[in-house]
Amino acid sequence: MSKTIQGIAASSGIAIAKAYRLETPNLVVEKKTVADPQAEVARFESAVAKAKDELELIKNHALQQLGEDKAAIFAAHLLVLSDPELLNPVKEKIQTEQVNAEYALNETATMFISMFEAMDNEYMKERAADIRDVTKRVLAHLLGVTISNPSLISEEVIVIAEDLTPSDTAQLNREYVKGFATDIGGRTSHSAIMARSMEIPAVVGTKAVTSEIKNGDTVIIDGLDGQVIINPSEDVMAQYEEKRARFEAQKAEWAKLVNEKTVTSDGYHVELAANIGTPDDVKGVLENGAEGIGLYRTEFLYMGRSELPTEEEQFEAYKTVLERMEGKPVVVRTLDIGGDKELPYLDLPKEMNPFLGFRAIRLCLEMQDMFRTQLRALLRASVYGNLKIMFPMIATLDEFRQAKAILLEEKEKLQQEGVQVADDIEVGMMVEIPAAAVLADQFAKEVDFFSIGTNDLIQYTMAADRMNERVSYLYQPYNPAILRLISNVIDAAHKEGKWAGMCGEMAGDAVAIPILLGLGLDEFSMSATSILRARSQMKKLSKEEAARFKQTLLSMSTAEEVVAFVKQTFHIE
Amino acid sequence: MAEKVFKVTSESGIHARPATLLVQTASKFNSDINLEYNGKTVNLKSIMGVMSLGIPQGAQIKIVAEGADAAEAMAALTETLAKEGLAQ
Repeated sequence: MSKTIQGIAASSGIAIAKAYRLETPNLVVEKKTVADPQAEVARFESAVAKAKDELELIKNHALQQLGEDKAAIFAAHLLVLSDPELLNPVKEKIQTEQVNAEYALNETATMFISMFEAMDNEYMKERAADIRDVTKRVLAHLLGVTISNPSLISEEVIVIAEDLTPSDTAQLNREYVKGFATDIGGRTSHSAIMARSMEIPAVVGTKAVTSEIKNGDTVIIDGLDGQVIINPSEDVMAQYEEKRARFEAQKAEWAKLVNEKTVTSDGYHVELAANIGTPDDVKGVLENGAEGIGLYRTEFLYMGRSELPTEEEQFEAYKTVLERMEGKPVVVRTLDIGGDKELPYLDLPKEMNPFLGFRAIRLCLEMQDMFRTQLRALLRASVYGNLKIMFPMIATLDEFRQAKAILLEEKEKLQQEGVQVADDIEVGMMVEIPAAAVLADQFAKEVDFFSIGTNDLIQYTMAADRMNERVSYLYQPYNPAILRLISNVIDAAHKEGKWAGMCGEMAGDAVAIPILLGLGLDEFSMSATSILRARSQMKKLSKEEAARFKQTLLSMSTAEEVVAFVKQTFHIE
Repeated sequence: MAEKVFKVTSESGIHARPATLLVQTASKFNSDINLEYNGKTVNLKSIMGVMSLGIPQGAQIKIVAEGADAAEAMAALTETLAKEGLAQ
């Protein structure tokens, strides 16, 4: 019998496949006395051997699919499984205490884990996670239970999980994972952003998929309406096959717009750009006909590894993106780490309020070696395309001035070394802190452009953590307070002859597009998969007509009023 | 028996990848190989042992190999340390 669970639509499309539960099994270890310790040691050795074979397989798979960086994690796991300091004490314990292998392993591993966890060093604490991971794998073999190896998926599946972390998604094979559904998360959580960049349908925040779905259940992910359907009846299946066909047909219709400029019905051009995280994403950007990259999130270069990326590594990444974009604008945001994005190897202290703490430009101005390395890599890459640089989380003019001064210093140094640097690099800033939005007229005199980061701007303006489900009702892109800030930023830019873009999720939203067009936004940067839909919508809109509603919208008192008005005026479903 | 003192030159000390390389090299030999740092001695074939030392840049470390292939082991380890720019 089919069953439907409602969640949040995170990435559009319809996917139908068997469920694959990504889970950590409950490995309960009991202490038992064994009659034949020799046989128990042999059982332990055989479990270790099986775990090693498995890791060997995963490592090779990761090497082919995900690259050397990701594979290195599994190489380290393999070494732990060969470590005499771990294996010998386990065997001794089995023999001297006549206990079962599970217990002996668990005791020994726990000792090592607490030893590493007690160390005053983030890197060492991470090693505790390695030992825990490896121990689980061996325990699973001893107990005869299966653990998920997402990197080994080799048939089409829908991944079902409580949540997906960056390291989980790094292990997913894009060829076979057709969609996913999670218990927690919202439209801007990591898993949702990931789904859009992988261009697979996803539903998040369902609260219930892991408790309702078993491995092998047939699952439909409706990323258009945010629904998950479990074991659909034939009728329901047929209905969704049709919905999928309709969606594919509409996508095909949109695809015809891929090489067209984005021009409104009254002849105004706006730029539709895409947000990316890695050079691999450029493929999707080009396929979806983006006119540029409005946000290159460089933090992915720094994540999922054990040390800072070198200047050379960064240079290669930036150069690749610029070359593949063939002269179209590429706006690179300098490192935005901190907040919910941690780098264990920087060993930063935990903060009470990470979103209000030591992050992004604040951290870069303090840790200048790291910042300068990134800027040098960017400057060197600048000759390969149309590079624009922006700084994240700017709150004061002084921060912008400092960051820009460091950039110019590095540029001069490079030029003295005889390295070629492009002369016309625009330098701008993200507007995501209300203070910067309010003071935009002053910033506009010194920057070349603004890019409004709505995800953060909304959460800072409304003082509501966007990851906290209990206050998520306050995440209101259409609150007139937000619209006034946005309008203020755009007007301030235009007054100084500068341009204003937006790189938050809002820029690609069907309701937001007519509003932003009317407010005069110049550049809309969104998930690559939203571009053709946005272009098709934009072509039907008149900028002059949209602009006539500016004052009406800005004088409204609630978000609901704004949404109702826009939907009615612009005939949006 | 072979014994040699090194000074760690690698910026990040003997961490992740360097530790992995050293343990992999040491594990190829039959000799007992120990690593001494800061008054502590660990088995150089143990990744957890080596990493638990948390060896920083500038540290003095001593490697002691004992067994039939001790000399070859020391030569191989010296080469790994030098080639990877870890210590001299």
